[in-house]
Amino acid sequence: MADAGGLRFLESHEWVRQEEAGATIGISDYAQSQLGDVIYLELPAVGQRLEAGARFGVVESVKAASDLYTPVAGEVAEVNDALKDHPEYVNQDPYGRGWILKLRGVSANPRLMDEPAYKRLVEGAEQA
Amino acid sequence: MPATTIERTPLYEEHLRLHAQMTNFGGWAMPLQYSSIREEHLAVRQAAGLFDLSHMGEIQVRGQAAGRLVQRMVSRDVVRMRAGQIQYALLCTDSGGIIDDVLVYAEEAGYQLVVNASNQDRDFAWISDHASSGEQVSNAGRETALLGIQGPRALEIIQESADQDLSPVRYYRFVDGALAGVRCRFSRTGYTGEDGFEVFCTNADAPRLWRLLLERGAGRGLKPAGLGARDTLRLEAGMRLYGNDIDEQTNPLEAGLEWTVSLDKDFIGQKALLEVQRRGLTRRLVGLRMLDRSIPRHGYAVVREGEAVGTVTSGNVSFSLGYNIAMAYVQVEWGEPGSRLGVRVRDAVAAGEVVALPFYRRPHPKMKGGKDG
Repeated sequence: MADAGGLRFLESHEWVRQEEAGATIGISDYAQSQLGDVIYLELPAVGQRLEAGARFGVVESVKAASDLYTPVAGEVAEVNDALKDHPEYVNQDPYGRGWILKLRGVSANPRLMDEPAYKRLVEGAEQA
Repeated sequence: MPATTIERTPLYEEHLRLHAQMTNFGGWAMPLQYSSIREEHLAVRQAAGLFDLSHMGEIQVRGQAAGRLVQRMVSRDVVRMRAGQIQYALLCTDSGGIIDDVLVYAEEAGYQLVVNASNQDRDFAWISDHASSGEQVSNAGRETALLGIQGPRALEIIQESADQDLSPVRYYRFVDGALAGVRCRFSRTGYTGEDGFEVFCTNADAPRLWRLLLERGAGRGLKPAGLGARDTLRLEAGMRLYGNDIDEQTNPLEAGLEWTVSLDKDFIGQKALLEVQRRGLTRRLVGLRMLDRSIPRHGYAVVREGEAVGTVTSGNVSFSLGYNIAMAYVQVEWGEPGSRLGVRVRDAVAAGEVVALPFYRRPHPKMKGGKDG
């Protein structure tokens, strides 16, 4: 369920899976566990152009509202409409049906973390 | 010891064992959630939840003049209370601001005040400062544990291990007795809007009773519940949270707590509150039912036609009702039920409507088997 194979991560806990010129974006299993029950997501319109690291939306949980940032630059191709009725997918399956955004025309961001590096970041945060 | 030492309840190890997410709540390490706030919330509404409330303070006032002191300190008339009765009341400043909201327990030999954890030292100092030789004031909060068991099945779960029939204990009454042979106080009170009990015992006995209730309740849907669920439950029930909805800058009348104030008796804050009443209120705490999905939170502005007319004090999703709710101080002219107001959430205005409090009322037990057959 929490398989993060082949993903790249941002320090703010978003993941990206790049496939050819497109990319899928979500938040990590660690992020969803920290947020707790996700209630609502505020997401951008299809066609909007995003720079790498730009704020693209907000995730609201019972505990707090948190900004979402895109790990890579691109144009919004699709948002996950299923989350309107089922925001809990983000908690239940953060790397699968809890995906948030798809981008097209994506340029790679060499500064992202691979999975082992992200795991170290999370373990560091848990011990702090 | 550094001033920032975080205090622990006697159930701290139990929370870790249950893999709770812990949080610093007013200087206490408390469980925020065990599984999910939503699941814990619904367990309390549908079956039962078990809460650690041991961080709360228990201030005891004893001595021949205990009644005189308590009568002077709290907003409500306590002289007619009989032993075994409980009242919700307020401690106020001279200018009518709210120092704390408390439960007053009338005992044979005095009074017990159950106060908010983060206020307990301040409350104790405030009450002690007003005591004379006829009263002894002490805070047993750090030696006393408190377990909340709340929900429609709370009574049947606790009854199994109790030394007496608890069903005759009415709402806002308490009895002293024993649970699984352990001396305790059963108080039919809570902060969730459900039926249930709050059980006082010593710190040493708390882990045993905690495990016992978890075990006895497991087959009946009881779950351990953290502060997250406690907050969403009390919000649905329209109960004020000290530090969010009420504080020294708010008065009981605008907070909608006039029913806890006996303006015809002499107590600290009485004169100021009579003056507030004479002048009339400028703002009032109201309930908002939100029509949009973004969540109103503490500090967000309430607006009407682009102008700020108030401030949100508490807000969240209502798991029981399926929409978002908030409490907010609003200018009195816009505070009537049906009034259309918005809440500024980030760059947008979320639509809402003033509704009567509480948002949620539990189905009355007497209705069971009535209309539905």
